[in-house]
Amino acid sequence: MSRTLLSGNAAVAWGARLAGADYVPAFPITPQTEIIETLAGWIATGELDARTVMFESEHSMLTAAGAAAATGVRVFTATSSQGLLYAMEMLYAVAGWRAPFVLVNVSRAVAAPITLHSDHGDVLAARDTGFLQLHAATCQEAVDLVLLAYRVAEDPRVRLPALVNLDGFLLSFTREPVDLPEAEAARRFVGPFEPGAVSFRASRPVSQAVAVLGGGPYSYFRYEMHRAAEHAAVVFAEVAAAFAAETGRAYDAVECYRCDDAEVVFFLIGSLSTTAKDAVDRLREARARVGLVRPRLLRPFPAEALRRALAGKSAVAVVDQDLSIGMGGVLHSELAAALYGLAGAPLLASFVGGLGGRHVGVDELCAIADEALAASRAGRSPAPRLLYTETELREVRKLQAIAHGERHEVAQPAKPAGDTDE
Amino acid sequence: MSDASEVARIRRMQDLPSTHLLGSGTSMCAGCGGLGAFRELYEVLGERSVVVNAAGCMSLLATYPFTPFRGSWLYTAMASAPAGAQGVRDALDILVAKRRIAAEEDLRVVVLTGDGAACGMGLSATSAAIDRGLDFIYLCYDNEGYGNTGQQTSASTPHGARTATDRGPRGYPGVKKDLFAIWAAHRPAYVATIIAAEPVDLARKVEKAKRMKGPRLLIALAPCPPGWGFDPKDTIEIGRLAVRTGVWPLKEYANGRVVHTKRYEPRLPVEQYLARQRRFAHLFEPRRDEETLAAIQRAVDENSARVE
Repeated sequence: MSRTLLSGNAAVAWGARLAGADYVPAFPITPQTEIIETLAGWIATGELDARTVMFESEHSMLTAAGAAAATGVRVFTATSSQGLLYAMEMLYAVAGWRAPFVLVNVSRAVAAPITLHSDHGDVLAARDTGFLQLHAATCQEAVDLVLLAYRVAEDPRVRLPALVNLDGFLLSFTREPVDLPEAEAARRFVGPFEPGAVSFRASRPVSQAVAVLGGGPYSYFRYEMHRAAEHAAVVFAEVAAAFAAETGRAYDAVECYRCDDAEVVFFLIGSLSTTAKDAVDRLREARARVGLVRPRLLRPFPAEALRRALAGKSAVAVVDQDLSIGMGGVLHSELAAALYGLAGAPLLASFVGGLGGRHVGVDELCAIADEALAASRAGRSPAPRLLYTETELREVRKLQAIAHGERHEVAQPAKPAGDTDE
Repeated sequence: MSDASEVARIRRMQDLPSTHLLGSGTSMCAGCGGLGAFRELYEVLGERSVVVNAAGCMSLLATYPFTPFRGSWLYTAMASAPAGAQGVRDALDILVAKRRIAAEEDLRVVVLTGDGAACGMGLSATSAAIDRGLDFIYLCYDNEGYGNTGQQTSASTPHGARTATDRGPRGYPGVKKDLFAIWAAHRPAYVATIIAAEPVDLARKVEKAKRMKGPRLLIALAPCPPGWGFDPKDTIEIGRLAVRTGVWPLKEYANGRVVHTKRYEPRLPVEQYLARQRRFAHLFEPRRDEETLAAIQRAVDENSARVE
């Protein structure tokens, strides 16, 4: 094992390299582009025995990824944000082909307004596609989860593609120390790609992804996918245990940090958990019994593990870095569904923050924990909160004032006398 | 036998293969001109193939648990069949190169789409596949509208044709997209027009394409009984008229040149083709639309003069 400084993008590229990806269909999009560039570089030098092809869109890229996996090679691909949405039709389609491969999404908020920074609006839009979904919190997890994802996706009990998510900028461009598994050990761990019955061969003609007529066969195949995703929870636990035995790094489907005696816990995903751990530590120093629960596995949703982790807690502060317009935080709804009717279920408090890269810091998290605790003492869930500070509002008001000025004063200098703007 | 002589060998109907590779009893309409062209193409290409399909009429060919194919099939989506073909082609190349499958297990990759996908949302995926020099054959069955949904206007609908979405007295006001020219402008290995009603010309072109590498694209005019409004027994007759009037010139592009492969001189007046189809009935009833008829004839004459 070698320890080295790697960005999140470089880490997932290493994941693909160590897994022995055969094929990398590609399309550039910020903040993901560095991943495909890194892989293309290794393919050019022969360090990775694979082929990469540049497509004209993510929709085509995902079609080719699924088609290549359905022909029997190990596929890796990556995208972000608008690219994930552009490919969305094919995410549903290729998951139904039951052709496993790994797609990395580097989270970036979706338009409009168009922006580059991270939130989970993109990846959570893919939650119903049939892709397994794993969320990395560190660059180390980024490389490790790619390796785990191949094993889980390719398992005969699962056979579904997997999406590994890392947060744009916060992880994609942040260098952290990473222990890279030895190439041999990684290959041994992931094993060779077994196409099973899903492949195209001259001696074994097959029709794949065919139409069905009526709800009976359609439901059958969709239920089969759902069952396969449920199996993935069991397979993930097995694979994670094997990985821990090999590397010493243990990955539960749900990470619990200082939870055992916690009264209030944070519930969130991705790299924000590293900030939240700092907040937990600070609150603990002030003798507040606070912890963190963070799912690494979001599909299949680890409902049972979450019920175990959260039964008996007073309150959960759910921090969503996404917003279902007209509904609220997606994780909040999902967690509420998992906990509903559970004896000793905690009270839930919903906070939406971190949209489009909006910073959620330790101070804000401490205030969130206080509010959740106060709510639990009052015995009533507070109204969902959209996190925003007065300073942020003032900054936007300033931009609005400039925009107003540009339109009404700069663009139209020659105004008739008496025409005044409000 | 050399490639050229293998193509030259096909001169008459008796020279055509009768392997019946495509099973009968599919869910296509009676008299489907697209299915006829595909069947003839499939007989020449053979079963060592994987057909990559985009949404359209033919998507119902393989309907669980039935398939008419002796070879393989992959349904993708409306916009990206050429990208699916790229994925299959690349994967097969990788498997052979890494010796994970024997070379005999390799397959020919064939894209099959309608004109809606080919001229509309699939055009960018096709353009990119040609840019990349993808080694594949593409068959577009052109029934000049979104046939599977009831013949709404597509970019391939001809001028004056009445469709489910152009119901006015003059039909579709636009002109048919010249997909042949668009494809040829990419300078692929081969582009040709074909039609089921001219099976010898079709077989020669498929045989020729089969022996080439790179992007090879074929457009089959696909007379469509329900969409165009004629009796299913007349599909071949309508197809012949399309060729003999010059509405559907049989031509090919290779090495930078476009040539006619079969010409009927003198050409019949286009009216003889148009009058047989309900979609053009408004050009004749209640009174003749001389202006539109003349415009259609003029466009055919000009097209014909442009090609050797």
